[in-house]
Amino acid sequence: MSDTATATHDDGHAGLVIENKKLLMWLFLGSDCMFFGTLISTHLIYRKLYPEAYDPLTVYDLELTSFSTFILLMSSFLMALAVSAMHKGELKSFRRNTIGVIFFGLIFLACQVYEFAHFTNEGLTLSTNTFGSTFYLMTGTHGVHVAIGIFWLLCMYFYSYTGKMDAHESAVDVEVAGLYWHFVDIVWIVIFTAVYLIEYI
Amino acid sequence: MSQTETETHAPATTYAPKTHVLKPERSNLGALRPDHSKSVLIDWLTTVDHKKIGIMYGAIALFFLFVGGLEALIIRTQLIVPENDLISAQRYNQLFTMHGTTMIFLAVMPLNSAFFNYLIPLQIGARDVAFPRINALSLWTFVAGALVINFGWLLQALQMMGLFEASGATAGMTDMVPAGGWFGYAPLTSTDYTGVGTDFWIMGLQILGVASLTSSMNFIVTILNMRAPGMKMMRMPVFTWMSLVVAFLIVFAFPAITVALGQLLFDRTFGTNFFNVAGGGQPILWQHLFWIFGHPEVYILVLPAMGIISEVLPAFSKKPLFGYSIVIFSGAVIGFLGFAVWSHHMFTTGLGKVATAAFSLLTMAIAVPTGVKIFNWVGTLWGGRVRFSAPMIFSLGFVWMFMMGGFSGIMHAAAPADAQQQDSYFVIAHFHYVIMGGIFLALVSGIYYWVPKMFGKMWKGNLSTWVAVLVVVGLNVTFFPMHFLGLLGMPRRTHTYLEGFGWESYNLVCTIGSYILAIGILLLLVDLIRCLRSGEPAGDDPWDARTLEWATTSPPQVYNFAKTPIIPARDALWSHKYGPEGQKITYEDDHGHGIHMPSNSWMPLIASVGFIPLGLGMSLMQAGVPYMGYFAIFGLLTVGIGIALWAIEGPGGYHLHPEEDAA
Repeated sequence: MSDTATATHDDGHAGLVIENKKLLMWLFLGSDCMFFGTLISTHLIYRKLYPEAYDPLTVYDLELTSFSTFILLMSSFLMALAVSAMHKGELKSFRRNTIGVIFFGLIFLACQVYEFAHFTNEGLTLSTNTFGSTFYLMTGTHGVHVAIGIFWLLCMYFYSYTGKMDAHESAVDVEVAGLYWHFVDIVWIVIFTAVYLIEYI
Repeated sequence: MSQTETETHAPATTYAPKTHVLKPERSNLGALRPDHSKSVLIDWLTTVDHKKIGIMYGAIALFFLFVGGLEALIIRTQLIVPENDLISAQRYNQLFTMHGTTMIFLAVMPLNSAFFNYLIPLQIGARDVAFPRINALSLWTFVAGALVINFGWLLQALQMMGLFEASGATAGMTDMVPAGGWFGYAPLTSTDYTGVGTDFWIMGLQILGVASLTSSMNFIVTILNMRAPGMKMMRMPVFTWMSLVVAFLIVFAFPAITVALGQLLFDRTFGTNFFNVAGGGQPILWQHLFWIFGHPEVYILVLPAMGIISEVLPAFSKKPLFGYSIVIFSGAVIGFLGFAVWSHHMFTTGLGKVATAAFSLLTMAIAVPTGVKIFNWVGTLWGGRVRFSAPMIFSLGFVWMFMMGGFSGIMHAAAPADAQQQDSYFVIAHFHYVIMGGIFLALVSGIYYWVPKMFGKMWKGNLSTWVAVLVVVGLNVTFFPMHFLGLLGMPRRTHTYLEGFGWESYNLVCTIGSYILAIGILLLLVDLIRCLRSGEPAGDDPWDARTLEWATTSPPQVYNFAKTPIIPARDALWSHKYGPEGQKITYEDDHGHGIHMPSNSWMPLIASVGFIPLGLGMSLMQAGVPYMGYFAIFGLLTVGIGIALWAIEGPGGYHLHPEEDAA
């Protein structure tokens, strides 16, 4: 995507050491921090404002959520392996690890779909109360981020079969996708702590 | 400034280096790129050249400036006498809502963006921005957002002509123009009180947010990474510095409004409880989220203006900017503090003493860096050889008028005083002095300063003096009496008023002033058209200016600089012209590689067009029009397909050899 990046890399030396694409992703993630920060604080504010209105422990299933959190954490580990493999130009290892990330991401999404269905059956919907509104919008937005990440990695996985990917050209692309994936993972750690675990104190 | 004019008069488009027409190249998609097309229209639609994108931003922004101005004129005409019935109360709501939204998001921000696009790569000695295709995406997404937000006017016009009626399947399509004010306070913007217009407003702003965010990230990468050798951060022109601060503000402020608008959209479409009072929603949440965005937005609007002033004042005083580093530091401090003062828009909501005192204090603190800047500008003028050319007149007007807006701003910072002024015409007077008297004058100054660079034509005659006189007189006659109207208790956003409050004569004067202002702005357009039609050639450096953009040709070639300049000092061109021997601009040897230029692409346009069905579909779905959900999904798919093809297509590019062509 860095249209003139490679061309001007030789010409312009006054820039930072970080590549254009990576810097763009860091900026996006900074912006996304504010985005999730707003969603999570909306949730916490309403939770504090109406502590008695709804008891989430009636629907939460800590074992399941802990499991899906663990799975997402491990997917980040595989993502790191995939990035490292692409840096060394090891395509097979890259594919193996990437498909692992995708698989774990899908397990996480499946858990979330199950959780949403379960909560809905228990009578908690978007419009039940403020808890339902903030919870679904926040975790749903996170789920959309995971889904976009999976789609992105799938594209890269298939692209690796075109023979156009190598350590020199594509390592930074994979690294950018990795940055995104790790960020989505970290956001989930925050949500898991501030939205789930905190209720058990 | 119509597009055809810019085409016929900009030699850049007629310039065709030999290598340019040699070999049509194929993208990874197998299709021809639109690079070497002979059609001027296709060239502009698919361009990734930051200069053409900047010109299009400018043209569209000027168009919306006139639209917003027309809305303001109707508002002022309605208020000319008590109990006037020129327009209905609801139409009045629509007009002030769209006036605010249009001026902020569709006129001032894109006009700033026009200058960012055109100038930043030139000022830092780059070939283009870091991501030229993302830049094109930002432009066309902005156009898509502008269309969605204004779609209600079109529907309403069709309705008035009898071509459209809200009945049957479209029965839910009432109240089609946004009417909830530019800050759309929930729950006033809930489905109980407003119609589909609010949905157009929500979706339009979301789409504009995408455009602003992508272009800001692009500019940060450009400024940090694409500088020419020797262009250290503390050698950059102040305008580029202020753009950098603004881009960071956009990156961190826009997510708050994105979430707030998303929550409002969910409230309206899916029945959530974010702002639904019956379900426990808190209207105050909207105010906080909106102003966490809304106050940085004020600095997003004004900092580029301050950057323009910091370019123009030194150039026409023949002196370096007084306190360069402290001006930049003050700009950054304003940016930081801008995130910590949002609650001064909410003093009357009952935040509590501690919060009110803290926000009051921080708001007053912002006057310090602003004041520092003003003193530095005055210091720049002091002892300089001041030339009263057109850009300088408007810049001096900025310093004067902006200060007046600043003074009434400090009055608002004191919470007890603000409690009296809240929602009165005093507030209107304050922010119009800041926006009209400050930002607008600076932008006009920028237009007068840089149009000779952009089009290679010089201004004709002294019409600019008349523009300056009419605009400055007009805005003072319009907005100064509003201070008194506010103190006499006239509330803002009322479509009419009764006789006997002592408001009649002030309102009459305000309305007369607004027409003077309008004539001034029309005259600006006349001057611009005259300049573009029959201006004399400007030459590379008509103002004897200081910064790097004046070191290249007017208008600049598609590649900006034939060879990458090596920057010896701050105010590079000035030191090149008048500095010591060791401080000349030198140029890098390209070793015969030529210049690598990015290829044109259809994909940004295709992806952006998808936002239109997405925005309209989501809005009309809320209004209950059948199948509109699918229309929205179609839009989303178009966006996705555009981006996917974009990725597959690859960046492409071609090489130019300007020296050989010249020979």
